[in-house]
Amino acid sequence: MKSAAFWGSLLALLAAGLALTEAFENEYYFNALYLILQGTLMAVAWNVLGGFTGYVNFGSAGFFAMGAYTTVALNKAFGLPLPLLILAGGAVGGLVGLGLGYLTLRLKGVYFAIATLAMAIVIETLVNNWSYVGGAKGSYLLTPEEYLWFKSYIQMLFIVMLLLTLAAVAVSRMLSASRLGRGLAAIRDDEVAAECSGVPTLRLKLISTTVMGAMMGVAGAPFPFFVTFVDPVSAFNLFIAVNAIAMPMIGGTSHWIGPVIGALLVGSTQEVVKVTVSSELNVLIVGVMLVVFITLAPQGIVGLARKYWRARPS
Amino acid sequence: MLSADLLANAVVAGILLGGFYAAVALGLAIVFGQLDIVNIAHPAFVIVGSYIAYILNSRFGFDPVLIGFAAAPVFFFVGALIYRVYFLAFERTGQESLSGLAFFFGVMFIIEVSLILVYGVDYRLVQAEYIGQTWSIGFVDLPLRMLVPFAMSVALTAGIYLYLSRTFMGRAIQAVAQDRLALQLMGANPVRVKQWAFGLGVATAAIAGAMLIIIGPVEPSVGRLYIGRAFAIVVLGGMGSIQGMFIAALILGVVESMVSTFVGPSWSPAVAFGVLALTLALRPAGLFGR
Amino acid sequence: MRLQRLLLGAVAAFALSAFSISGTMAQPKPIKIGFSMALTGGLAGAGKAALIGMEIWRDDVNKKGGLLSRPVEFVYYDDATQPANVPGIYTKLLDVDKVDLVVSSYGTNEIAPAMPIVMRKKLTFPSLFGLAVNDEFKYDRYFQIMPAGPEPKTDWSKGFFELALQQKPQPKTVAIVAADAEFALNAAAGARTNANKMGFQIVYDKTYPPSTTDFTPIVRAIQATNPDIVYVGSYPPDSTGMVKAANEVGLKAKLFGGGMVGLQFAAIQKNLGPLLNGVVNYDFWVPEPTLNFPGVKEFLAKYQEAAKGKGVDPLGHYLPPYAYAYLEVLGQSVVAVKSLDQAKIAAHMHKTTFDTVVGKVKFGANGEWAKSRVLMVQFRDVQKDNLEQFAGPGKRVVLYPKEWKSGEIVYPYKQ
Repeated sequence: MKSAAFWGSLLALLAAGLALTEAFENEYYFNALYLILQGTLMAVAWNVLGGFTGYVNFGSAGFFAMGAYTTVALNKAFGLPLPLLILAGGAVGGLVGLGLGYLTLRLKGVYFAIATLAMAIVIETLVNNWSYVGGAKGSYLLTPEEYLWFKSYIQMLFIVMLLLTLAAVAVSRMLSASRLGRGLAAIRDDEVAAECSGVPTLRLKLISTTVMGAMMGVAGAPFPFFVTFVDPVSAFNLFIAVNAIAMPMIGGTSHWIGPVIGALLVGSTQEVVKVTVSSELNVLIVGVMLVVFITLAPQGIVGLARKYWRARPS
Repeated sequence: MLSADLLANAVVAGILLGGFYAAVALGLAIVFGQLDIVNIAHPAFVIVGSYIAYILNSRFGFDPVLIGFAAAPVFFFVGALIYRVYFLAFERTGQESLSGLAFFFGVMFIIEVSLILVYGVDYRLVQAEYIGQTWSIGFVDLPLRMLVPFAMSVALTAGIYLYLSRTFMGRAIQAVAQDRLALQLMGANPVRVKQWAFGLGVATAAIAGAMLIIIGPVEPSVGRLYIGRAFAIVVLGGMGSIQGMFIAALILGVVESMVSTFVGPSWSPAVAFGVLALTLALRPAGLFGR
Repeated sequence: MRLQRLLLGAVAAFALSAFSISGTMAQPKPIKIGFSMALTGGLAGAGKAALIGMEIWRDDVNKKGGLLSRPVEFVYYDDATQPANVPGIYTKLLDVDKVDLVVSSYGTNEIAPAMPIVMRKKLTFPSLFGLAVNDEFKYDRYFQIMPAGPEPKTDWSKGFFELALQQKPQPKTVAIVAADAEFALNAAAGARTNANKMGFQIVYDKTYPPSTTDFTPIVRAIQATNPDIVYVGSYPPDSTGMVKAANEVGLKAKLFGGGMVGLQFAAIQKNLGPLLNGVVNYDFWVPEPTLNFPGVKEFLAKYQEAAKGKGVDPLGHYLPPYAYAYLEVLGQSVVAVKSLDQAKIAAHMHKTTFDTVVGKVKFGANGEWAKSRVLMVQFRDVQKDNLEQFAGPGKRVVLYPKEWKSGEIVYPYKQ
């Protein structure tokens, strides 16, 4: 996608989002869109390590929850405004990502995935025992009193999440097109060969885990304000981890736009099902979509699109 | 606080618990440890085993462990079938690992939801004569509710170990992951071998499920609690090693039990997974890995 | 001539008005009550049972002509026991489905996320079983049907400790153990406060992760501190585990139980059977003669019929009567103030003592019950493998509070 077209679309989306807040008072749509955007941000973040670099992260919920709990802790201690909380969430997520990168230096493939799972469980246990943020009891966060010129705080949260998601997509695109991205792709395809060709694999892996961690921390930072009551069970939710993997896989992991497509598709479906069919079938949707897409379109929607374009007579 | 009585009982309780964990992880040790297939849906199969045990136990009063062994052949066929689908979709095209993982995630959710749709979310329990009884050896207590699953698990693990090391099919299973080409040259069909192994892994889930519901109440989402533990045990023990897996399971059980008794139960998961993380950092091959 | 015209006019006028009346009466706009409920996920067992109880209320009301002569309709969605789903659901209910009244989902985690929304729209919010949610929000239109009492966190366990104080010789030491999860921790915190206030010495005070499989190490560790009484805050699977482990280890405590969720559920009662004998635990309604409120037996009969084959608690003693009641108080208020005005309804709910299937209900200023009615119940003479025994009196004897007492305590707790 050409630069001008890309940035143009981002600005257009932002403008559309703002227009939406002016046009609609109805809060339900903003609640739904917030969750879809959150899923998109997580999917884009996951793909930086998963799709670009080839390392599967099972513990996405851990990073997300770190962002959320950083907000809880700092809000309780200092009452910081939202932008600072988001920066802090990103910083903490990034640091944890960096730590994860260092600790898992020698691990590949499934060992790395298990390590991420172990890390998420250790963090969850630590948070469970941290009484300052409420531990397993949970913590209440009253919704922001100020919400700028918007009609309600959920509109503000929606625009915040929109901005963050668009920024993440831009970062992801920049990464994939850059020399850095090519290095990551080399690691994904054959790490040993990449190492032999002079790619600084350790440095790139660390950058990858840090960026992913930071993005996920950022995704989690506004969550306490959205949900008002945070406890480890809802913050370290299995669904967050599964969606973070499922959305990029369904969309296609090799291209930066894959997770976006996957997240929009799966996220919207989930939101619609939530208020129409409702019930157990919500969970079934994720399961069936995963199985169907993975079996029929292992490269995701992006892969299908590529095959289609290649098959067309020129 | 540190009395011989308390210490001995903590260790014994940990061993019994670890034995049970081994039964859950056994199927994964075969499928993931030997074949590198990331079957994250394995705990979900265990839950299905629990429900089968519950249904037949409450309807006919059969002993849960017997039900588990009786159901194992059925699970074997289902496992083989699922492997067929997995093979056709992924392994044949070389797409495994990530896609396979996502596939099994999907299978896990489908199983869980199907159980909910059919049986609802109420906790299910079983009745058996030995649940509630305790044998005592000196000051060490052995509740039968834990001892029976432990004994079954030892038998099952030993059986699988002997099978893998003594029979042709068993050795073929061990070989197929190490050197597929060599196996083909020796006249075995790798796909059939893997199918057999996968079926075997799922069959153990039937028995593990019966054990699970003997130990405590079960409802469809309980499986999620065992995903982490099962994978941790297989990795800790070393991929490809059944005896390593068993030792790792015992270690995990004893660590959890000791931390629970002497430090505080809320730290058990952190310690257990901390041990895992440490192992991965220092010796990724695990205790007995190849 | 004039008479004829007069008559014709009268008939015409009558016909016209009859037409218009029947026109509006043919389609009275239903009153929509909106809520989210946990129909899947961890709390679904209770959520589904609650929904059955709520639907019985709706059908009962509609049989009598509805509220304000309008039929009652439910609009609800499954929140899957995920707090993140609740804001979206309630904004949809209010902004898109345009419901007239709202009530809460089940459980603190699912009630809290809806609070900011209902507070901003100034809605009356009857709530179903959340512990001390309003302590944080201090909302004056929140009403909690769980009879915890004006100070829910401590009222919850007060009865347990008061019972202990009444025994001779008076127990001195207490062990507190709880699951690492919202309700259990709050109950344990309340127990701690009560223990300290009433002069007990706490010799064990730990929590365990909800994923714990085997409770024997925990019970042994408790036993090693030799407590006189043991207070447990737990959820269904761990309540079962603790009771079984207590029997296997041979826990020697004089009083055992307290805040164990799950011992009120039929399937667990049946499975644990005689292991429950002697346990003193909280409950909100049991079929004892002192609690035979008007309407409750009929309600339970309807519930038990409707619950067949649905995979929920077959007896329905714990949550369903209260699910019926929290709609009862809402419905009675609407009828009493003859409107759907939220302010009027809230004012009425604050000052009235209601007659419901769970007896007389009176709310205090903070929306909790003005007077606590957390029952301390002791299991007695429970037989093996028998569900029907719990349908009638005698198996769960009420020991506290005094006004609902139906028997004397068997002390100390014997195995």
